Amino acid sequence: MTFQARNLETATLSRRSFLIAATSAGVALGFAAEDAAAAAGAPAGFEPTVWYDIGRDGVVTVNVIRAELGQHVGTAVARIVADELEADWSKVRIKTVDSDPKWGLMVTGGSWSVWQSYPIYSQAGAAGRMALIEEGAKLLKAAPGDCIARDGAVHAGKASVSYGEIVTRGSLSRKLTPEELAKLPMKPAAERRLIGKATHARDIPGKTNGQGLYGLDAQVPGMVYARPKIPPTRYDSVVTAIDDAAAKAVPGYQQSIALTDPSGTVPGWVVVLADSFVAANKAADLVKVTWKVGPAAQISEADLQRRAVEVMADPKAGGLVVEDPGVDQAFAAAKSKVEATYTTSTALHFQMEPVNALAFEKDGVFEIHTGNQWQSLVLPWLAKALDRPETSIVMRSYLLGGGFGRRLNGDYAVGAALASKAIGKPVKLVFTRADDSRFDSPRSPSVQTVRMAFGDGGRVTAMEHTAAAGWPTLAMAPFFMPKGTNGVAYDPFSISGADHWYTVGAQRVRAVNNDLANTTFRPGWLRSVGPGWTNWALESFMDEAAHAAGTDPLAFRLKLLDAAGRNAGSGPTAVGGAKRQAAVLSRVAAKAGWGKPLPKNTGMGLATTFGQERDMPTWVACAARVRVDPTTGVVKVERLDLVVDCGTVVHPDGALSQMQGASLWGMSLALFEGTTFKDGQVRDTNLGAYTPLRMADVPDLDIEFMPSTEPPVGLGEPATTVVGPAIGNAIFNAVGARVRDLPIRPAAVLKAMKA
Amino acid sequence: MTTLNINGRQVSVTGPDDAPLLWVIRDEVGLKGTKFGCGIGQCGACTVHMDGQAVRSCITPLKAVAGKSITTIEGLDPKGAHPLQTAWVDVQVPQCGYCQSGQIMQAAALLKAKPHPSDADINAGMNGNLCRCMAYVRIKAAIKLAASRAKEVHA
Repeated sequence: MTFQARNLETATLSRRSFLIAATSAGVALGFAAEDAAAAAGAPAGFEPTVWYDIGRDGVVTVNVIRAELGQHVGTAVARIVADELEADWSKVRIKTVDSDPKWGLMVTGGSWSVWQSYPIYSQAGAAGRMALIEEGAKLLKAAPGDCIARDGAVHAGKASVSYGEIVTRGSLSRKLTPEELAKLPMKPAAERRLIGKATHARDIPGKTNGQGLYGLDAQVPGMVYARPKIPPTRYDSVVTAIDDAAAKAVPGYQQSIALTDPSGTVPGWVVVLADSFVAANKAADLVKVTWKVGPAAQISEADLQRRAVEVMADPKAGGLVVEDPGVDQAFAAAKSKVEATYTTSTALHFQMEPVNALAFEKDGVFEIHTGNQWQSLVLPWLAKALDRPETSIVMRSYLLGGGFGRRLNGDYAVGAALASKAIGKPVKLVFTRADDSRFDSPRSPSVQTVRMAFGDGGRVTAMEHTAAAGWPTLAMAPFFMPKGTNGVAYDPFSISGADHWYTVGAQRVRAVNNDLANTTFRPGWLRSVGPGWTNWALESFMDEAAHAAGTDPLAFRLKLLDAAGRNAGSGPTAVGGAKRQAAVLSRVAAKAGWGKPLPKNTGMGLATTFGQERDMPTWVACAARVRVDPTTGVVKVERLDLVVDCGTVVHPDGALSQMQGASLWGMSLALFEGTTFKDGQVRDTNLGAYTPLRMADVPDLDIEFMPSTEPPVGLGEPATTVVGPAIGNAIFNAVGARVRDLPIRPAAVLKAMKA
Repeated sequence: MTTLNINGRQVSVTGPDDAPLLWVIRDEVGLKGTKFGCGIGQCGACTVHMDGQAVRSCITPLKAVAGKSITTIEGLDPKGAHPLQTAWVDVQVPQCGYCQSGQIMQAAALLKAKPHPSDADINAGMNGNLCRCMAYVRIKAAIKLAASRAKEVHA
């Protein structure tokens, strides 16, 4: 599959000229806004989309369009530029920018940041380096070929001139055509001085002393605090009455207003306004709103899952992601078949900072101060809601108190903006935790059926994987949906993972939308999205199929990871294909001691995935060792070993940190999280009821990166995809219980032990 | 009007008696380092010290604070260089960072009570602090690092 929209930024920039232009403070370097402007060559046309600047003091400032939500992305992106630029890292500054059309697609998700930024920022750095060498050579009266750039200076023998001095005295203005840019020599991996080297992330000190500013910390004088009254259903609730008599006794209470939202983002909303959050919070509890509700108010988790089974049963439903010839024939002719159905429950983002936003109009511009992951998605909603052009709305960037995909959906900003417009004052909208959970775009529950056909000699001849779930991309970004081979559009993020790298003969992968899910709630992108459930099914199934075939699950997988045909992989980021997946799997099995005897009721399970998408494979494998209490069914994870191949590791400690967090996320979603819909709402809205993994649950954790100089891929999510099925397989190997529903509850383990 | 002793300063605030200390600290005193997570005392993001004890400021009413001495993350060390803060940077603990003020305040109280905590002590002391990024491995490592450095100093 292809993600054309996702790659728009890279594709567009590759057709643009690169400009280096003098500014009042130094030089700015970036891509021309469009070729017409570049052709004109006038500084007035210099509206770069990706850029950095070098001041006369030699300070390099890198503009970062990505949101900082714990991945230290500014450090990684800036080091990509600085490495090719041969900058002095101590003189590199990181600037997280506000929204502006000139930045193009502004999104932080999909584990794409480093993967997308790497080629662009490398070129940008190389272009700067070449220009600095040329101008530095003139100042040093040396031939450019005799000069090298290093540590923020150009050197010719023992003489050198700093970048600051070159910017001050030289004439750096340049225009490179896309062809010239593409021909720039990139440094060989052996010459990297920052990429792959240890460093401290720049954002961390401010996260240890209370100085880092998150969306919740944004304030302006005269702002009014607000708390929302979340309607009983996501879409079809209509306010019929507001009774705020009791709230009037709360000192500081101002008023409650029903929002009118032309964008349809926050239908049925009432916001309770007060002088302080304490007052708004207390008053909101006392305000009684009456809603007219629709059928979604009756829907339960069981209704959602029944509907999933129903829609899957129609073989014509959904988008065909993979459709090889001969699938049905192979199943008809099979010597034996294996089939299993897997389910996952609704799961919440539960990011630590409940969603919030500050909105106000100032000097003809509507400002939204909030942490957000996809400014380009929410700006059109805001424009429609406020009835003003996108160009008169700006989103100011803050640290995010967790994203995990929740803040890809900026719906919370719309409520704040509408409230501010309604009262003509700045509004600081703050959700309580329960408000946040009820207004979450949760991970949809899912139902999946996987089957495999075996021919002569146990050869795998066909495989079919069907997944039904609510589709976040249909709900919020349908323009991102590709069409299947049958012409039906589907949500790629709901099915990625099922289009795996195993060679299985004739393969069919089908993504089906659970329409009831999409009308009941607003499905969300939750860390790794579909691969969080597709791999639960796929990798549990691979063990089941191996057992059915009488083969060791490791050997079974390795045989199918033969890198034949489309699984050979191709450049730049999928070089090596299934061979690299086989390598991480072999490595983790060896490390963890796969096959060695374990104590009673203790088992090891394997799983491997390619992270998220075929065109950005992050090869990852996990060995989980669990101990199951046979009387209670309680699963204790003793150890997780993970091996990952993500190509070049740009910021090694940041990469390890993402792997640590994501693997524990995978474990948490497998054993401790999960909720259910009841009466059109998620049942568990706060801690106590919703129970993510805590420190005492952390197992021994060992993570290894395969050495590689291939281009970097994503790391924020892949580890979440592999841990759950490894645990499920370990439970089977410990006590013979095959669990097929996520999260894995002790009662389900006990039940499966008796099956 | 209530007078608070916060980070060694006397501050007058107007919040009602039942106002959670968290919001008074954040919105009246203007110290934003203490965070709001769950509002029911179960995530620990709002942890501050009251007379040296770690408390959840989101469920501590203003009236309970009269005459007590409050310390927030901003007041833990005048230079932001408390041994735990230094260890937090050295171990590169935070991811999103939102829970870390609370983690550090909780850990500071733990180390005061148990200067050389075992793994079990750390689990028991820190289990009430949720880190949604799940940086737990590093939180534990940083607490141990801070404790071991204190040991070196006193040795």
